[in-house]
Amino acid sequence: MAIGDCGAKSKLTGSQIIIKALQEEGVDTVFGYPGGAVLPLYDELYGAKIRHILTRHEQGAVHAADGYARVSGRPGVCIATSGPGATNLITGITNAFMDSVPLVVLTGQVGVGMIGRDSFQEADITGITMPITKHNFLVRDVNELAGIMHEAFYIATTGRPGPVVVDIPKDITTQTAVVERYPPPLNLRGYRVCREPHPLQILQAARSIARAERPLLFAGGGVITSGAHEELKALAEKQDIPVIITMMGKGAFPEDHPLFVGMVGMHGTVAANYAVGECDLLIGIGVRFDDRVTGKLDKFASKARIIHIDIDAAEIGKNVPAHIPIVGDARLALRALLDNLPRPAVHPDWRARIRAWQEEHPLHYDRNCGLKPQWVIEELHRLTGGEAIVSTDVGQHQMWAVQYYPVKRPRSFISSGGLGAMGFGVPAAMGAQLARPEATVVAITGDGSFQMNSQELATISFYRLPVKIILLDNGYLGMVRQWQEFFFDRRYSYSDLAAGNPDFVKLAEAYGVPAVRVTEVSQLTEALETALEHKGPFLVDVKVDREENVLPMVPPGAHLREMIVGG
Amino acid sequence: MKRTGAQAVIEALLQEGADLVFGYPGGAVLPLYHALADSPIKHVLVRHEQNAVHAASGYARTSGRVGVCFATSGPGATNLVTGIATAYMDSVPVVIFTGQVPTSMVGTDAFQEVDVTGITMPITKHNYLVKDVAELPRIVKEAFHIARTGRPGPVLIDLPRDVAQAPCEAPIPEQVEIRGYKPTYKGHAGQIRALAKMLSEAERPLIFVGGGVVASGAEELLVRLAETLQAPVATTLAGLGAFPEDHPLSLGMVGLHGKPYANHAFMECDVLFGLGVRFDDRVTGALDKFAPQAKIAHVDIDPAEIGKNVRVDLPLVGDARTVLEDLLPLVQPGKREAWLKRLQELREAYPLTYGRGGDVRPQWVIQRLGEMTRGRAIITTDVGQHQMWAALFYGFTKPRTFISSCGLGTMGYGFPAAIGAQLARPDAMVWAITGDGSFQMSMPELGTAVEQNLPIKILLFNNQSLAMVRQLQHFYYEGKYTAVRFSGNPDFVGLARCYGAEGLRITKQEEVIPVLEEAMQNGRLTLIECLISEEEMVYPMVPAGAGLNEMILPED
Amino acid sequence: MKHTLAVLVENKPGVLTRVAGLFARRGYNIESLAVGPTENPSVSRMTIVVEGDDHTIEQVCKQLHKLIDVIKLSDITQDPHVGRELVLIKVNAEPHVRGEIMQIVEVFRARIVDIARDSLIVEATGDEDKINAIEAALRPFGIRELARTGKIALVRGSRGKVLEADLSEQENVSQTG
Ligand SMILES: Cc1ncc(C[n+]2csc(CCOP(=O)(O)OP(=O)(O)O)c2C)c(N)n1
Ligand SMILES: Cc1ncc(C[n+]2csc(CCOP(=O)(O)OP(=O)(O)O)c2C)c(N)n1
Ligand SMILES: [Mg+2]
Ligand SMILES: [Mg+2]
Repeated sequence: MAIGDCGAKSKLTGSQIIIKALQEEGVDTVFGYPGGAVLPLYDELYGAKIRHILTRHEQGAVHAADGYARVSGRPGVCIATSGPGATNLITGITNAFMDSVPLVVLTGQVGVGMIGRDSFQEADITGITMPITKHNFLVRDVNELAGIMHEAFYIATTGRPGPVVVDIPKDITTQTAVVERYPPPLNLRGYRVCREPHPLQILQAARSIARAERPLLFAGGGVITSGAHEELKALAEKQDIPVIITMMGKGAFPEDHPLFVGMVGMHGTVAANYAVGECDLLIGIGVRFDDRVTGKLDKFASKARIIHIDIDAAEIGKNVPAHIPIVGDARLALRALLDNLPRPAVHPDWRARIRAWQEEHPLHYDRNCGLKPQWVIEELHRLTGGEAIVSTDVGQHQMWAVQYYPVKRPRSFISSGGLGAMGFGVPAAMGAQLARPEATVVAITGDGSFQMNSQELATISFYRLPVKIILLDNGYLGMVRQWQEFFFDRRYSYSDLAAGNPDFVKLAEAYGVPAVRVTEVSQLTEALETALEHKGPFLVDVKVDREENVLPMVPPGAHLREMIVGG
Repeated sequence: MKRTGAQAVIEALLQEGADLVFGYPGGAVLPLYHALADSPIKHVLVRHEQNAVHAASGYARTSGRVGVCFATSGPGATNLVTGIATAYMDSVPVVIFTGQVPTSMVGTDAFQEVDVTGITMPITKHNYLVKDVAELPRIVKEAFHIARTGRPGPVLIDLPRDVAQAPCEAPIPEQVEIRGYKPTYKGHAGQIRALAKMLSEAERPLIFVGGGVVASGAEELLVRLAETLQAPVATTLAGLGAFPEDHPLSLGMVGLHGKPYANHAFMECDVLFGLGVRFDDRVTGALDKFAPQAKIAHVDIDPAEIGKNVRVDLPLVGDARTVLEDLLPLVQPGKREAWLKRLQELREAYPLTYGRGGDVRPQWVIQRLGEMTRGRAIITTDVGQHQMWAALFYGFTKPRTFISSCGLGTMGYGFPAAIGAQLARPDAMVWAITGDGSFQMSMPELGTAVEQNLPIKILLFNNQSLAMVRQLQHFYYEGKYTAVRFSGNPDFVGLARCYGAEGLRITKQEEVIPVLEEAMQNGRLTLIECLISEEEMVYPMVPAGAGLNEMILPED
Repeated sequence: MKHTLAVLVENKPGVLTRVAGLFARRGYNIESLAVGPTENPSVSRMTIVVEGDDHTIEQVCKQLHKLIDVIKLSDITQDPHVGRELVLIKVNAEPHVRGEIMQIVEVFRARIVDIARDSLIVEATGDEDKINAIEAALRPFGIRELARTGKIALVRGSRGKVLEADLSEQENVSQTG
């Protein structure tokens, strides 16, 4: 419905403007938690054709909106009240910012006249979120509201996507303004997105690719954001170039493809980490060359020329100097490269070397003793045919999920990459499930992470979201324990959770979510089958081998070559 | 002195008398945890960083000491924001250590790097990003000094991993020397004389006290002042406990949900003496109708508070206790019979009543709890209707026994704050009064409380709704109830039990006393779920834009 | 009304952000802000011109004073002080109008600091009125670019000297708030 439909020059309240803007932007679901300052907005939501998902903590709302956005490719929207409601969003906003997820976050604020006086439930949200948003707005005049809403969506979704906060004082939501049409014109002199790559740079890159003997494609989250996975596959196949990914790039390239090498970085595969060291041309697409990926910088890809394609010019050259920088949209850049590389190529020797590394150093663990977390994920992969949408929390289980749950499609694996925020997994799975109601959505979590947002079981239960929660329960903050084992003389200072952990099965049941516990190898398969076949939500608490480690591992600050691979 | 930066931090903590830390580990803060493992400092592992600050804040408010917490970089730090903002708004002294990525990576959007000092600038009293290990001992010392002196507040230290690991030669300085920070404790002598005169000459004086009285430990002097003047005392929410509510001069809480007679008294007093209060919007109602007959005197340690919200006839910067010490010898004793009689009339004309409700009345339950614990338990609350009932009906008699998020109104504060309170006062009886909505925001801390063996009592009023919001929708939005019903609530008693805590339930009025008694005697962490009607209202309520006397009162 | 605040702050990173953040968060309007080191390298001086009624200015001062890194602050609006601002104006200057521009420059005791084929850069210092006046005088020729520093100020006479002793001496906001 267009705003014009309400009659030309009709007056709308601030809340009505917001609701109309959401409708105009095609928003069908919002996540939120009410409170005094957003009540006028909630009042307007009352009859609106927008689904509102009430979570149990604002952090759950923003992570769910994030999961929704990652899986659907559309902006996620969440609402919270002023003060504590808004501050409860901070981790979720930061998380979206670090992983370039488009979010529009609406926060209530005290009335304009009360701002700056430490009023009840006043927090300086635009100040607090300055470093963690792509942009933010404090609405001071209802006449600007429609324009701001349009700008917020535009900024959140274009270029390098990211979260945008719109802080709306309570009185603005009740004042009225004439809105002639939506969307109103953009007024953004300081924001221009450069999507088209420069043809000369493309030409130069194409030449380098044609000349390279050991080229390597390196795909990150930007490939998924721009929907460039088909083009990536086409380029890899036509030029016979092996592909490595970052964690955020998981899904950008089918992991069962013969050209797929693996994830690179701290917990990357040996072959991928070696390949970076040996390649003579590294083609980074939508990647940030972040420290978890590069290891110590001075020996990173030391034999290679680097092509770096990114929509965010500030990323290029930030961590690693690029020989051929290309600012632009990944998909357009890859298309242009394909156009400029008419002749196919082959790199049999290079591929053989990589294959040898892969064969010599596959991912491995001891399959013969105990209930291994890696095996749990392999079983899950087998039983879901690799077709589930997986969300993870943060810790060892996250890395095992990355390693042992290969995916084929973009937007099917979601995880907190740049921020590594524990507590993301379960609410993000709720958002994912709402975005893809028919899909099997699995949250792979740890006992520590799960407790950060376990209250959202109530949301899952209330909306009957059939999310499957697979809890790899080692009774530890496992990743912390692993670091303490490797780097802090095995002093497990406050990383043991076993004594204070609840009975997770009973916990789930208290929320009306059926659950089983797995303590023996023999019980696992059946438990996973039960969970997957069950119509509603289900939790499987797997008591995994407590002191298993994630390997390989590049110690922090070391070179990619210096991996601990374990026996 | 061969020690690392992290060890220097531990040394400084010990010197400050900080023997308890709340926290949650992670990569960037591991050096601190490594140093902690060898130290006599006790560490309490929470389940979410948000609750580490809340617990530290509960600890600080109950003990009067500085609370300390640790978190890792990135998400660990961002998870603290609500807790820090909550402590800031209520002027609670906490010192927060966050891990940070190594200095060389700061500013590169590294893994788990967040600009924590930038984010927390508006919500800390001060913060530091430590770049040079030689400055670390001084910074820790300063942080504690700033947190606890003047108007207290949270101070954050962001500590990059390499700095924590670097060798640190610098000693902890003996003295703190900050040229931009010199809080004023002693009041201006002339102003104190003027204040004494104003109070002595007043016919209908009213003393109005807030959290500042509790923070400065001025409660005994306050009783003496009130008795000398025969002046009634009203408190803000944060001031509950600053003046014993069983004292004949006590009016209890004033404001949006203040006691009816207290709100009326504000309309009639001729001198209003605000002590350690902020005159915030929840207390004053419409400013143009606030204390219309009164000259206002305002004493606060923070000069910026004076004159911020209301016009002040007699401003005085200073610490509440120091000012009262100087003031008391100068005030003339008075009888003020007419005023006391008038107050008695107001009490009779505008009593505190419940309004309509279901079978189990939450107000009644809290009153019984107040009697059974003789107003001496430590009460923490969450935010919602239950918070206001606790404030109105418990009857506080001691300072530092009412622990609640007053300025920010943060749901999820109550239970972790109770954890901090119980650790500060192991022998005290600690009750967390909470609601079904709020409790779900910090429920996983049941694990922490069980692990620490804390016999906290959780009194959860389950109305299956965010009832305070529902109340606003009832009064202001024609009863259009959106997003306030919680039909997906868990079985709270079952939840408590799966953590190994005791779970009890109250469904009928007869069960109230026996269940409360059982909880008081069992010596264990106990959750009591008390089922109440979602249609209960908090009365009185001053509508937006109205004066304090224009309250909505129950119809019957 | 406009007030001029002279603020001495610790000369270290982030202090400007703290001050700017405070103004933004409390909704105060900064007219101009100029900052630079002083004769004491550990101290920076900010000159802030802020618009507001007395109540607002009082709050601004008190809130600024609460920042730990703010060492000393005074509202010098009413004190006799020297206030100066510097402006650079790049103005269109075809040869036939140059003479006229030179005259204006002369009148304002400004200087020409760069000459290009069809433009000049004029540098002027003075108080706000003077800067506004020269800007207005040059406007008819076509101003291409303009940069102003914002006001800096010192109190006249011997008062307000920044000495070590002065800095460490207890600095109170008026006792009475
Ligand atoms: C909010 C937050 N706090 C702390 C950390 C630091 N951290 C990283 S992994 C980890 C342990 C996670 O434990 P769990 O969820 O049980 O997973 P596991 O490693 O045992 O599989 C911690 C504490 C974090 N990433 N996020
Ligand atoms: C973190 C946070 N989010 C939202 C609010 C707004 N809010 C204030 S009271 C309230 C309802 C609280 O519900 P409950 O804890 O069940 O208490 P009740 O009012 O039902 O007693 C809400 C949502 C808040 N104060 N804090
Ligand atoms: Mg674990
Ligand atoms: Mg409730």
